Amino acid sequence: MEIVDARGLSCPEPLMLTDQALKKANGPIKVLVSEPHQKTNIEKLAKSKGKKAVSNAVGSEFEIVIS
Amino acid sequence: MNLSDSKMKLLIAGLGCGVIAAVLAYMGNPANMAFCIACFIRDMAGSLGFHQAAVVQYARPEIIGLVLGAFIISILTGEYRSSGGSAPMIRFILGVIIMIGSLIFLGCPLRMVLRMSAGDLNAWIALIGFAAGAGTGAFALKSGFSLGRAYETKQGSGFVLPAMMVGVLILLVCTPLLKFSESGPGSVHAPIIMSLIGGLLFGMFAQKSRLCFAGGIRDAVLMRNFDLLIPLGGLFAVMLVYNIAMGKFVLAMNTPGIIAHSDSLWNVLGMYTVGFAAVLAGGCPLRQLILAGQGSSDSAVTVLGMFFGAALCHNLGLASSGTAMNAETGELVAGAVTPNGKVACIICIVICFIIAFANKRKQS
Repeated sequence: MEIVDARGLSCPEPLMLTDQALKKANGPIKVLVSEPHQKTNIEKLAKSKGKKAVSNAVGSEFEIVIS
Repeated sequence: MNLSDSKMKLLIAGLGCGVIAAVLAYMGNPANMAFCIACFIRDMAGSLGFHQAAVVQYARPEIIGLVLGAFIISILTGEYRSSGGSAPMIRFILGVIIMIGSLIFLGCPLRMVLRMSAGDLNAWIALIGFAAGAGTGAFALKSGFSLGRAYETKQGSGFVLPAMMVGVLILLVCTPLLKFSESGPGSVHAPIIMSLIGGLLFGMFAQKSRLCFAGGIRDAVLMRNFDLLIPLGGLFAVMLVYNIAMGKFVLAMNTPGIIAHSDSLWNVLGMYTVGFAAVLAGGCPLRQLILAGQGSSDSAVTVLGMFFGAALCHNLGLASSGTAMNAETGELVAGAVTPNGKVACIICIVICFIIAFANKRKQS
């Protein structure tokens, strides 16, 4: 599974990197982000593309699997 | 509670912010400066003696409230996270640039929208510059611009700016140490308690809705995502109704007494500078205060840059003057951009381009 490590990056870099990865990936991708609002934004992006997003807190950060 | 996960909630947040701005204008804040981040930081810098412009010195409780509102709501909802380390000195410079651009136009992006809602055609012209600046920043992002990663820091690091704001509030309420304008915009304000409550509520709405003026245009350009423009529409609509109802809507350019000038080229270039620098910094002046409140030391450094920029503007004669009516002769005295301000604005744009294209994202 492709991993997008967007931890600590400023907006809108996590969204841009995820969008690029979704265009290239054939299967699910995993996105790592640091801030809660970035998690929400990634979930919204996945939804807007008709994908399913499952989020988990990992320590103080987040991991979102988009499939 | 999340106000950013649906268009309706975003609209409600924008309407809420608009009502707060309208109430503060009604309670006594300066004409169409109901809630200007750049002007109010400039006033606070003056009250602390960073500059000596006697007409713009007042420790605006709105700024204190914004930071503390974002701090409190982020703690309560588990969104507080102390972080830092993403090119802090570049962010400091971007803060300085945002303030210089704002004081050449005479307002931050929030005040630009408030001025637009009052019929000020100069603000509508400046919107072209702001959108172009944000668009240039978006182009840089698309070309790989990044200031790098921030990392989690000691909890206490994120507490510093909110604690400093509490300190300024104590100085304002309990001591005579701060400077306070006896005339001019700095002397015109809503009661302290109303300003503080307004700031706290505005900060909470802005934190939960991710309200950002630069982000709205940036996301529209980059990702055809118009969500962040929705609360701005709500804010504009409420203030438009307020201005019409109160007889403050004047569709014109050379209106005296509203702290604005009609030098269109520099209104455009001033806001171009602000839009460009704000996208590079990851958010407009309002968003920087909110992010600083929820623990970002990088945004706190950007805010300190804005304070430094405000001091530079008034110490070196960079800030523009507003169109006014000569009380004795009744003549209209046109507001103007200073020669120093024009040179500074050009330098700021050049620095933005250097920052934008010299800082590329590392491929992981």
